[in-house]
Amino acid sequence: MAYFRSHVLVSVDPICVEKGAYDLIDTLQDELVKQGLVDEVQVLETSRIGDPATEGPDLMVYPEAVHYANLSVDNVPFLVEEHFIKGRVAEQYAREIAVDTDEELSTPKAKEVRIVLKNIGEIDPLNIEEYIARDGYLALGKVLTEMTPEDTIQEVLDSGLRGRGGAGFPTGLKWRFIRQAEGDQKYMICNADEGDPGAFANRRVLEGDPHSVVEGMIIGAYAAGSTQGYVYCRAEYPIAVRTMKTAIEQARNFGLLGENILGTDFSFDLEVRMGAGAFVCGEETALMASIEGKRGEPRPRPPFPAQKGLWEQPSNINNVETYANVPQIILKGAEWFASLGYEKSKGTKTFSMAGDVKNTGLIEVPFGITLREIIFDVGGGIKEDKKFKAVQTGGPMGGCLPESLLDLPMDYEALGKAGSILGSGGLVVMDEDTCMVDIARFFMEFTQDESCGKCTPCRVGTRRILEILIRICDGKGMPKDLDTLRYLCDQINENSLCGLGKGAPNPVKSTLEHFLDEYEAHINEKRCPAKVCKSLIRFEIMDGLCTGCTLCARNCPVDAISGERRQTHVIDPDICIKCGICEQLCPYDAIEIK
Amino acid sequence: MSVEVKQGQDVRKIVRTFVEEQGNEKAELIPILQEINGKLGYISDDAIKELSERMNIPTSHIYSVATFYRMLSTEPHGRHVIQFCESAPCHVVGGRLVWEKLEQELGLAKGETSRDEKWTLLTTSCLGVCGVGPVLIIDNNIYGNVTPEQVPEILKNYE
Repeated sequence: MAYFRSHVLVSVDPICVEKGAYDLIDTLQDELVKQGLVDEVQVLETSRIGDPATEGPDLMVYPEAVHYANLSVDNVPFLVEEHFIKGRVAEQYAREIAVDTDEELSTPKAKEVRIVLKNIGEIDPLNIEEYIARDGYLALGKVLTEMTPEDTIQEVLDSGLRGRGGAGFPTGLKWRFIRQAEGDQKYMICNADEGDPGAFANRRVLEGDPHSVVEGMIIGAYAAGSTQGYVYCRAEYPIAVRTMKTAIEQARNFGLLGENILGTDFSFDLEVRMGAGAFVCGEETALMASIEGKRGEPRPRPPFPAQKGLWEQPSNINNVETYANVPQIILKGAEWFASLGYEKSKGTKTFSMAGDVKNTGLIEVPFGITLREIIFDVGGGIKEDKKFKAVQTGGPMGGCLPESLLDLPMDYEALGKAGSILGSGGLVVMDEDTCMVDIARFFMEFTQDESCGKCTPCRVGTRRILEILIRICDGKGMPKDLDTLRYLCDQINENSLCGLGKGAPNPVKSTLEHFLDEYEAHINEKRCPAKVCKSLIRFEIMDGLCTGCTLCARNCPVDAISGERRQTHVIDPDICIKCGICEQLCPYDAIEIK
Repeated sequence: MSVEVKQGQDVRKIVRTFVEEQGNEKAELIPILQEINGKLGYISDDAIKELSERMNIPTSHIYSVATFYRMLSTEPHGRHVIQFCESAPCHVVGGRLVWEKLEQELGLAKGETSRDEKWTLLTTSCLGVCGVGPVLIIDNNIYGNVTPEQVPEILKNYE
């Protein structure tokens, strides 16, 4: 193996890439060749280093651990000369690096257990050898040489691993169905169409540890009797697509994919397929239609994919995180995995925290941990120490849960009972300034937009709900609207074709249940308690606080504010468009929302 | 991309090259449409007709696919395409105010292209960079932690 005196790790975080990280790598490589340093200094790619928004593109030089930030290709010759030829730090580009700069994935906090995320940020995702050095592909070797397909299925079944895409179906059972299904060609599919807003765990796994998914898929294929697999990745994740393609190519070169894997008579190959921007393609039947080159519309089940899936053949679909768990289960045993977690939900789950929580980002915790522990212990509580109001779990089809349900243990069953879902592990935390009616309206807009239009309950029903919610937010709601909403929610949930439609009413249903007082305030008192809905608020200048500085009047886009200099100003409510500029600008906090 | 390339023969030639590169299996339709969309900025009628002949797929099917996916467009776009993330994590950290500022600055509603063909204003599904919301993309540049006040400044960078 070659020996390098220095390693340069360039961040290829999505934002850094947009800012030219790859140009930087190319230029750096060229300059090293030019200076004859190419055998001494190795350039590698890594995930995020500093804050990409303010410091990208950036890189780290090891073993010195010097962080250079805000680089452009023009800085490269100087940097190479200073650091690698003259051997001194180029101070003008060096930046102190904070301990925790990866906003998405920090060092593990107390109560976290990392299985799926263990390699991320620790290894070079584009180098298979680094994965192998961390026991990568050892599980595959074990399965192919020591275990029968049925043993493998039993091990995964015993571990209690369930689908991490949200449905929570036992993975081993799925594999057994495929194994037993009749068909000439069986397909192994990885659902990497992580469309839930607020969820980005799969992206980080694909970008940071792609081989764990590849290995999990090969093991699954061996167990299920499949020879061809597809990774269906959404096009919004260009870097994930690229790392996955590289990983597949490297695995092929190492004899881990293709004909006669590891010299056995088992053969399996993988291909990456890209989406083109359609949320519904995360639904398994829609996903398969999209791979076939059609509109990504779901179809009724049965027949289930295990009987008739991709190109009418038996097909198995698991999520990225599900596959990534598999090698660890094989290596450490079903018993170890089943010892983590809670009741019927075993192992760990990643959650992507967003919204008004202090520590946003990705965490991995054992099932059974409570929402309160996640938000307040791991997440650090609410931003600006405001009051917690609600948390939405499981993406846009999930329910909004109030304070009283925070001690709920996180698992598939408990969340289902509470009117929400685990989904793909998105957690959107909302503080006291959030209007729950507005949030319900917002999610309905989303499902309206993403409904593929094939079945009527989802297409028309969500539209009717949205119209009512808009009316309520506009102060035109009627008391009977609440019953109509409940009726529509039940109808859509019962009669829609796929999970999108079935789950669409959850945000409305849960807010109606837990935040009914807010709906009633909007309808009966024409008041928005959180002061968010524009039709129900007015801006007023407080006598005594206003100094008559005229700043608001000068900046009002519609000239709704009048008043003499040094006199209290007045807002004309008939002209005011409630843009809020005056309130933001007022240096004396004299403007109040009523 | 040049304007000339969008018409007639050139389009057909481009489509042919993509079909030759990727093969004319039906499963290749979406990847090929993505290539065409990337090259031409949108999928024109000429492109659909040529594709239909080369791949033996009815134009109606191609049109139905091209209009289904958000990243494919059958309408030409402006020189710069703004995509605003309209997902919940961006919404709860003040995304609506940024969106309203964008609409106001550009005088455009969602999906519209300005008369001078400079801007197209679109929304996008979640980009998975929720830690730095609100997020918007102009062409291929991502802007995170955007505030309404920053909008005019950001727009100024584009000619």
